[in-house]
Amino acid sequence: MKRRRASIKETRGEVALFRRRALAGFALILLGLSAVCVRYVYLQVLHHEEFVARSDQNRVKPRAIPPARGLIYDRNGVLLADNVPAFRLEVTPEQVDDMDAMLGKLGAVVPISDDDIATFKKQVKQGRRFEGIPLRLKLTEDEIGRFAVNRWRFPGVDVVPYLTRRYPLGPSMAHVIGYVSRIDADDLDRMDDDEEASYKGTTHIGRIGIERSYEKLLHGSPGYELVEVNADGRTQAVLDTTPPTPGKNVYLSIDVRLQKAAEQAMAGRAGAAIAIDPRNGEVLAFVSVPDFDPNLFVNGISSADYKALTTAPDKPLYNRALRGVYPPGSTVKPFLALGGLSMGIRRPSDTVLSTGEFCIPGQSRCYRDDKRGGDGTVNMIRAIELSTNTYFYRLALDMGIDRLATWMGGLGFGKKTGIDLVGEVEGILPSREWKATRSKSGWYPGETIIAGIGQGYWAVTPLQLAHATATFAGRGIPYTPHLLLDTQDGVDSPRVHQPFPPSGPSVIRKASDWDAVNEGMEAVINSGKGTGKALRFGFPYIIAGKSGTAERFSRKTDAYDTNKNTAYLASRHRALFIAYTPADDPKIAVAVVLEAGAWGAADSGPIARKILDQWVVDEGGPRPVDPAPGQVVTADADPADATEDEPEPPAAPASAGAPPQDDGEDQ
Amino acid sequence: MFPQLALRLKRFGLRLLSKPRLDIPLLLALFVLAIVGLSNLYSAGNGNDSLVIGQAARFVLGGVLLLVISRIPPPVLRSWTPWLYLGSTALLVVVAILGEGRGAYRWLDLGVMRFQPSELLKLTMPMMVAWYLHPRQLPPGWKDIAVVGLLIAVPAGLIAEQPDLGTALLVAGAGAFALFLSGMAWWRIGLLGGAVGAVIPVAWQFLHEYQRNRVRTLLDPESDPLGKGWHIIQSKIAVGSGGAFGKGWQHGTQSRLEFLPEHTTDFAFAVFSEEFGLIGVILIMLLYAFIIGRCLWIAMNARDTYSRLLAGAIGMSFFVYVAVNGGMVAGILPVVGVPMPLLSYGGTSAVSLLTGFGVLMSIHANRKLHD
Repeated sequence: MKRRRASIKETRGEVALFRRRALAGFALILLGLSAVCVRYVYLQVLHHEEFVARSDQNRVKPRAIPPARGLIYDRNGVLLADNVPAFRLEVTPEQVDDMDAMLGKLGAVVPISDDDIATFKKQVKQGRRFEGIPLRLKLTEDEIGRFAVNRWRFPGVDVVPYLTRRYPLGPSMAHVIGYVSRIDADDLDRMDDDEEASYKGTTHIGRIGIERSYEKLLHGSPGYELVEVNADGRTQAVLDTTPPTPGKNVYLSIDVRLQKAAEQAMAGRAGAAIAIDPRNGEVLAFVSVPDFDPNLFVNGISSADYKALTTAPDKPLYNRALRGVYPPGSTVKPFLALGGLSMGIRRPSDTVLSTGEFCIPGQSRCYRDDKRGGDGTVNMIRAIELSTNTYFYRLALDMGIDRLATWMGGLGFGKKTGIDLVGEVEGILPSREWKATRSKSGWYPGETIIAGIGQGYWAVTPLQLAHATATFAGRGIPYTPHLLLDTQDGVDSPRVHQPFPPSGPSVIRKASDWDAVNEGMEAVINSGKGTGKALRFGFPYIIAGKSGTAERFSRKTDAYDTNKNTAYLASRHRALFIAYTPADDPKIAVAVVLEAGAWGAADSGPIARKILDQWVVDEGGPRPVDPAPGQVVTADADPADATEDEPEPPAAPASAGAPPQDDGEDQ
Repeated sequence: MFPQLALRLKRFGLRLLSKPRLDIPLLLALFVLAIVGLSNLYSAGNGNDSLVIGQAARFVLGGVLLLVISRIPPPVLRSWTPWLYLGSTALLVVVAILGEGRGAYRWLDLGVMRFQPSELLKLTMPMMVAWYLHPRQLPPGWKDIAVVGLLIAVPAGLIAEQPDLGTALLVAGAGAFALFLSGMAWWRIGLLGGAVGAVIPVAWQFLHEYQRNRVRTLLDPESDPLGKGWHIIQSKIAVGSGGAFGKGWQHGTQSRLEFLPEHTTDFAFAVFSEEFGLIGVILIMLLYAFIIGRCLWIAMNARDTYSRLLAGAIGMSFFVYVAVNGGMVAGILPVVGVPMPLLSYGGTSAVSLLTGFGVLMSIHANRKLHD
């Protein structure tokens, strides 16, 4: 065995070779270590005097000065987020001998909650060494005074001034602005070294909303001061200061008056309302109801408050406008009609006979109109006006699901709009591809039909609906919806406009296509029979719009629902409304979604109208007369009138499988 | 049955006695180093007991691992080697995937403790190279050099990506030393070295911005005295003001007044230099040189190629720690986060170092009998 190996490998020669190599290596290592020693001789002997001098002078340390965070305003300069001076208690753990005993003694001077102590201890573990760690934020003047008298008893504890964030409008803007909160260990993990350096001395960071998406603009960069310290590390004097660069001020496209009007019109009903300027994509109002007070989060929310917010059944922290998904119902009809014109498969004058029932040729399954007996012979304009299902069943079928999905995708459905807020969801645009990811069974024609009336797999965010409405109103030119209007270096500097050019070419092929669909949407509000006819009274411009009432649950039977009780219907329906005005030159587009509304036109329509009323006032006009004073549910005045916006019942064929439940609430 | 077993045990015991498993001089040197490290830590941490206790606990854990591993014969280690290497490299991949988009990410959270898979490579890398070269004809030709180069490049690249340049350097160094010790011809080393030198300008493009900044700051630290140059300037002041004889234990003002950043970890040796002066530095360097020399002596007396290469590579990579950290503290090498062995606080480095010495002890115990 041994001999055989020796024949393959020359063991003896190898050992000798290794010996030589090890000795050579060791010689090189000794040389290297000597070189290091020579460097130490250079520093410690040759330049010793110089470094001793520098060490003696070395009582000067740099200390970061955090930048003031940029302020946030609405488009008219109304302050939405500002900084107010406050004081906090900071502890440098390395200077405290017995932390628990100290905290006990300190608690007798300044009240410290268990929450404070828990957060503090967590931060001590995560903290950077020899840095003051905040123990109590927002001290009262009384507390500051009491601590000052007792300060000598607490080495390592200091009262430190800082700027804290305040949101003067509280809940009104919570879902837009979001809030800042304390920087935690996860934030630090995410940052690279340079970023971490730029947060030296900063305690807060944008968590959600505008505060998060424009964190880089708002944060600024820190300055430094050189401070002279004594042997205990206490500051004796400030020698030199490099001032910090404050964050930029940010002006939002939101108009607070419109925002408040929308919020009031929603009257606390869960849902969302969004207004967009179709000429540039500026978001004028962005409301998600219910909301919450962002001020609670800034200096650490108490666990009781947090629990209340997270366990509330209506989920106030949930941004419905951005993240809620709902079936769009009949609001997709104008967009589908536009697609039919664009593809050349419909002319405005083409008619369809609505008999109350539409059956796929060659199949026994049938799909119902809203109105028993149907709307008779309707062309495109009438079909939009009356929301005639049969017209759109047929159109969807002729178009086919692939072209339908591509067309609707072009209007922004099924993908993020790209608004400058974090956490947007994509919703669902029904398509073969989408279904293939969920189910093995192929696409059924019945699913195309119900897609034509915005039911079935459809799920859109209120923002997507507003975006599509604005894109149409702006004659097809798409703009990414955005909230950032201007930035500003300081209060005395000029506002610098932030341009958002169109995100693509117009989706409209020719102007007459737009005119036809617009005529239909005008008729919804302005004809005698339109579903939104109650909304036109007293308004100075022509409004164009479309209602939608979508079902929260798939139907169990094909039977007409005879229960006309509003509360009962509200528990089963989503009420949607889209509108823009003036119809001949649209300057504002709105989308309103109520999570629980009986009818799109009756419940969401008046909300849209109130937003438009406020817009008229903001534009300098007189306040339009309330079309239905003291009466919220105008359109239900005559419950027997079946031309009112009825739910569009998709009698999904059993073979196609039930459409998914509306799962918008929990996403 | 029983008498037979008893006989076996007796023979085993006799062999243990006649061939002591642990190399006493090496163990003694490590012990002295550990004591120096703990007392330096006590001073650097301004008398913070918990730091010292924590480090001592790591030493105890490392010591236990050293004892356990010294009982595993090298052939067993050799048979495990490919799996250990593949396993540790796989963990690197896991970390790389988990770390996607999270900045510097090196840790694997095991719930009870977090550990850096890159630490494992410090040992499994030289093991793998030794394992590969063990059955081959030495000195190696280009083909074997290329294979070894690949074995080194994959994990080292993953670690450098994390980004952790210091550890990548240590891991690559350990593998390269095994190759060097295997007798790779000088002219080949020269040629390869020349090629690497030519690649450096290209590699510069791939460095992270913060790594480039560290090199830039190194070249001209005074240019940015409040930012990146702060570490280097303060460290040089600490070392230089220590002089020939030092300021005395616990009298180093640089660390006591917190001017010296990271003074318990990466810059612990600056504290030592400040307090014990050039005399202390030279004594410590001699101690390190002794440890490295002793490792190479053990390697020379090892039984087979695998043990020789492994022991030699572990010993020589010890030098990389000392030279890189010593050079960094003195301001001649970039700040790359390589600890001073057994002097710097924390991390898993103390544990992994002592584990490596466990392997050396095992190789020593199974040394070849002198002719």
